[in-house]
Amino acid sequence: MASEALIRVAGLRKTFGNHRVLDGVDLDVHAGEAVAVLGANGAGKTTLLKILATLVRPTRGIATVAGHDCAKDAELVRRQIGLVAHSSYVYEDLTAAENLTFWATLAGLRPTAADRAGALATVELDRAADARVRTFSAGMKRRLSLARFVLARPRVLLLDEPFTGLDQRAKKWLEEHLASFKAGGGAILMTTHSFGRELAVADRIAILAGGAIALDTARGALSADDVHRLYTLHAEDAP
Amino acid sequence: MVWKDLLVERRSKETLNALFFFGLLLLFVFQFALGPDRERLAGTLPGLLWLGFILSGLLGLGRTFVVERENDCWEGLLLAPGDKSAIYVGKLAGNLLLMLVIETILLVLFGFFFNLDLTNVLPALAVVIALGTVALAAVGTLFAAMTAQVRARELLFPVLLLPVEAPVLLATVKATEAVLVGEPLGSVAHWLKLLAAADVVYVAVGVLTFDFVMEG
Repeated sequence: MASEALIRVAGLRKTFGNHRVLDGVDLDVHAGEAVAVLGANGAGKTTLLKILATLVRPTRGIATVAGHDCAKDAELVRRQIGLVAHSSYVYEDLTAAENLTFWATLAGLRPTAADRAGALATVELDRAADARVRTFSAGMKRRLSLARFVLARPRVLLLDEPFTGLDQRAKKWLEEHLASFKAGGGAILMTTHSFGRELAVADRIAILAGGAIALDTARGALSADDVHRLYTLHAEDAP
Repeated sequence: MVWKDLLVERRSKETLNALFFFGLLLLFVFQFALGPDRERLAGTLPGLLWLGFILSGLLGLGRTFVVERENDCWEGLLLAPGDKSAIYVGKLAGNLLLMLVIETILLVLFGFFFNLDLTNVLPALAVVIALGTVALAAVGTLFAAMTAQVRARELLFPVLLLPVEAPVLLATVKATEAVLVGEPLGSVAHWLKLLAAADVVYVAVGVLTFDFVMEG
């Protein structure tokens, strides 16, 4: 691919004590591209995302986002990324609108009421804008978490099982949003356990097994069954 | 940060309610222990007052980052681009406001429980309390962040905080003692200078080191 690599991972290793979680991961994600990382529980998918999000330091190897080293230039990396993790990063005693205002202000943005309303409408939370998050379902909290990135417009999205907890409508919205994010030149790295519809947005599939990328292939015309077969072959037989 | 923390506190009232009832309980204990002997009370009042402030402060300051553990907001703060010292300043301002509110309530209750008229000494007392509270909140906010992700944080927080606060406590109790017997602030200028210096040093250390504390 000719476009620039917004995410570059080379020889990445991460150990926790004696346990080696990642051991020589190599992966590039280019502008306008989405890569889905598949792997069994404990394969290191979340660790990989956390290293790219500057939350965890690698033991060895290189991880860069938009040319900035994740370990050395964390501040510059943070200006480029949006992370949707398992946790929603929302305050239960604030309303949806207040949560958005707080996080946007902290990120140095000055959203107008119209910007905020637009972001909430995009994730279909406009009618719950003034409701406290304490009353929200897990799916609504996740949508609110995603609304932050509608406002912030990062260049790189790091998504840890982004479709989990979403209903069909929200999944469809997320697919469309990710597709338009890619079309705008953004790069997406997401982890998932699903082999179905959730992979539709991915241009490439990478299987993480034994601490390294066991398979990195274009999704192309692969069906869910094909992906499942590849996953079984590469991930479940891994040490 | 201040706006968010005060809004969350106004809605949940968790810290304010806990501190109010804790302060009330403390005053009951002091009242039972000392009885109506005014002479004995006069000698112990400055210490009791600051004991009340410190214990309430420990409880309140220790909860500074509890709200950030909800839904892993701590991680969200870490990921926010920009100078992390702004988070420290925001948290410190929120803590200062909360502590000053609680200290005002405690002061009123002290007057009520021990039948004291503090009206004449109130301006001087307010200066001493404000200077002492800034130092307490500055170190407390920093140590609360340091221990926020530690399992034994409830134990570790006072163990770290109290030794560092020792000179501040000494100065505040001595200055309060003098103010309560009607001496002018000028007579305790040396203690006030020490408190002001501690405020400047503790806030500066907090601002300069908070980034390292957060990044772990």
